[in-house]
Amino acid sequence: LFEQKNQYVTHNPKLYKKPFVESFEETPLLVAVLTYMGYGILTIFGYLRDFLRHWNIEKCHVAREREEQKDFVPLYQDFENFYTRNLYMRIRDNWNRPICSVPGAKMDLVERVSPDYNWTFEHTGKVVKDVINMGSYNYLGFAENSGACADAAIEATQKYGAGVGSTRCEIGNLDIHEELEQLVARFLGVESSMAFGMGFATNSMNIPALTGKGCLILSDELNHASLVLGARLSGSTIRVFKHNNMQSLEKLLRDAIIHGQPRTHRPWKKILIVVEGIYSMEGSIVRLPEVIALKKRYKAYLYLDEAHSIGALGPNGRGVVDYFGLDPKDVDIMMGTFTKSFGAAGGYIGGKKELIDYLRHHSHSALYATSMSSPVAQQIITSMKIIMGEDGTTLGADRVRQLSENTTYFRRKLHDMGFIIYGNDDSPVVPMMLYMPAKIGAFGREMLKRNIGTVVVGFPATPIIESRARFCISAAHTREMLDTVSLPISPVRVYEFVI
Amino acid sequence: VHRSECEWFLVSVWLCAPAYHLILEGILILWIIRLLFSKTYKLHETYKLTEKEKEDLIEEWQPEPLVPLASKDCLSLNYDVVTGPPSHKIIINGKECINFASFNFLGLLDNERVKEKALASLKKYGVGTCGPRGFYGTFDVHLELESRLAKFMKTEEAIIYSYGFATIASAIPAYSKRGDIIFVDEAACFSIQKGLQASRSFIKYFKHNDMEDLERLLKEQELEDQKNPRKARVTRKFIVVEGLYMNTADICPLPELVKLKYKYKVRIFLEESLSFGVLGEYGRGVTEHFGVDIDDIDLISANMENAIASIGGFCCGRSFVIDHQRLSGQGYCFSASLPPMLAAAAIEALNIMEEDPDIFAILRKKSEHIHKALQGISGLKLVGEPFAPARHLQLERSTGSRESDMQLLRSIVDQVSPDVHVQYLVQC
Repeated sequence: LFEQKNQYVTHNPKLYKKPFVESFEETPLLVAVLTYMGYGILTIFGYLRDFLRHWNIEKCHVAREREEQKDFVPLYQDFENFYTRNLYMRIRDNWNRPICSVPGAKMDLVERVSPDYNWTFEHTGKVVKDVINMGSYNYLGFAENSGACADAAIEATQKYGAGVGSTRCEIGNLDIHEELEQLVARFLGVESSMAFGMGFATNSMNIPALTGKGCLILSDELNHASLVLGARLSGSTIRVFKHNNMQSLEKLLRDAIIHGQPRTHRPWKKILIVVEGIYSMEGSIVRLPEVIALKKRYKAYLYLDEAHSIGALGPNGRGVVDYFGLDPKDVDIMMGTFTKSFGAAGGYIGGKKELIDYLRHHSHSALYATSMSSPVAQQIITSMKIIMGEDGTTLGADRVRQLSENTTYFRRKLHDMGFIIYGNDDSPVVPMMLYMPAKIGAFGREMLKRNIGTVVVGFPATPIIESRARFCISAAHTREMLDTVSLPISPVRVYEFVI
Repeated sequence: VHRSECEWFLVSVWLCAPAYHLILEGILILWIIRLLFSKTYKLHETYKLTEKEKEDLIEEWQPEPLVPLASKDCLSLNYDVVTGPPSHKIIINGKECINFASFNFLGLLDNERVKEKALASLKKYGVGTCGPRGFYGTFDVHLELESRLAKFMKTEEAIIYSYGFATIASAIPAYSKRGDIIFVDEAACFSIQKGLQASRSFIKYFKHNDMEDLERLLKEQELEDQKNPRKARVTRKFIVVEGLYMNTADICPLPELVKLKYKYKVRIFLEESLSFGVLGEYGRGVTEHFGVDIDDIDLISANMENAIASIGGFCCGRSFVIDHQRLSGQGYCFSASLPPMLAAAAIEALNIMEEDPDIFAILRKKSEHIHKALQGISGLKLVGEPFAPARHLQLERSTGSRESDMQLLRSIVDQVSPDVHVQYLVQC
């Protein structure tokens, strides 16, 4: 009887309304070996160059400690910076690329050259125009400098000014914040919500307000740094379950309730499951129906971080809850950010009225940190109204549909070309595997030469042999743009292979 | 010959030993052999639960409610609502008051030039940046603001964060790790406390502004170091202080701190949220106020939400120190960058500060004026330096319980409220 119950909770396909297709192909053995060899060669060269720098044969560009402070304890351990000095520096030009236009579907990059192999950069003064932007988190295309959103933001700036100058619980609570919170609650389908000035701070300052000593946090392996920091600052016990693996989560839940706290065996005060809607490095979507079934069975609380999925998933753009067709009241704490799909900044938490009232007076962010700036709040209000269709047009629904079509098209195209793509078929985050360290730099630079801006990620954001290039699809991309992007990938990959 | 003599000696000893001795040794050897081969005794064996017991435990377990029920004597559940811009006159809950509660020290919140520049930036870049600094979230406005801040503070480099609270809370854990030691003032503000907690280092508090207490702690640490020089060679030590303290409006004794720095080889991190744009002849903060060389301070951090009337924060110092945060500052690498219109507003505010250095002296004079005016009220005392723009009025004598103190303060605020809005700070 108990075996049957377990199966019902974790393997039931009846919980899903449509097929859930996710794939994470194993790294081929040959590629893994070559990748390790590549890193080994780079490490040897790294030691060689450190040696040359130490004996002043090679010019040293690394910043040095002050003469007066030479006998202080060194600020950095030498080894900490080994990776930065010897591996990261060589391909540093793929990151921190400055842009000088709206981060929309096409953007203008500031041209920069390096005379000394990426130690310093100089701006030539020229601008690389109309680079296709596959790196910004602009899922619904609201990063615009004209249109309804921009006009409303201009009005708000003229009325309120740019800054706020106080915290929420003092006199930083403008009427525009109240309007925003009511709108967010309506959008998500929850009783009440609260908005904060920074998405990272929303996680790191609210999880400590909800859990403390004697509570248990079950967090996914690949959770974002803000969730990990929030969990650590809360002082609760943290246990990690394998990425998106419901068996691992269920086992942890059962063990926690049966055996209680370690050593004392007292029962846990609360158990909080922390998951994300879309994981930005893997492109996978959380198995929400199963998580909710587990949560109900074992009486745990669920904290869902929808940073990337709000606005980007679901037939109405209402996030991963909408995508699976579930009831938003089942998720205890719905958290998200406004940076990605709404073209603004900040974060929110939605849930029951008691929860939000409690957070208004106990969240560190409300008590000690400045509230959201007014034009930013206005931008969110306008864009959210467009998505909900409350502005009287179908612009929002069109964008949501366009994003989903673009995602399907692009993923199928890359898959047909034979590249290894990670993640769920419906997620607009598309990681394409590169594996080898040299390819990271080569791919980024070659794509830029062809006027396409992509994001490449390596260690330590990903496991050491799984470096990848990441494409973020946007509703503002047209089919021609997607074709232009996918066309050169084949020749670029062949080029890398040859060099 | 020598070897066979030893063997003969051993055998003779064994033969000459008394019988009971041999029997005892034999029993001991047999006992050891038995223990070696017996099964290990596991405590869990006796605790093995049946499936039914496990299911019963799962059914029985009841968690606490997610949030405790709201207590009625905490603050009233609604915030005060401000309509219109939070400038010198402010409309709260429908009433117009004079604003004594915003951190708008230089009055730049509704300055027309700042708004113009913010609007121009909005028309060029839109509102949000849609990405962290590493992935196409770096705008030329950010780079310009960083270089302007570095030039203004006369340091080599500056780095900006998108939220003031996250600035020092990300900077401290980037340098200080488990095993390092941080000496911090007791009255440090909340964001510093969060930074300390995230760093997992040893924290040692010294009494507020008491240099002798700090020296005592440093001497104790020096003695510890002498006992274990190997460990001391890799343990970093920091002092974290604020320029103008948020909680007490005092100024830190910076020259003495610098002397202690060189004597005991500790690094100084200075948090200047309330003193940037307030102290010093040109508004450069407490280092200018005391005439200390800015290179003596390892890291200066401030938020741009007070004097500069924008949003965000920055750290400045030498490139050797600041550049490290670009890869290990959590609030910098893992968070979206500052919206470009707010960065443009900050640049314009800096322009105004550079063009008109008299405003700092005017601000300090006005603070002193208020300080004199609020002296001599019976039952209340004003704490802090005369020139600090953010002050606390405290009850001279506590009534005994926290609740009745709060009631008293609230009634004072309500009485004053029709004309002036002040804020009573509640430490929950």
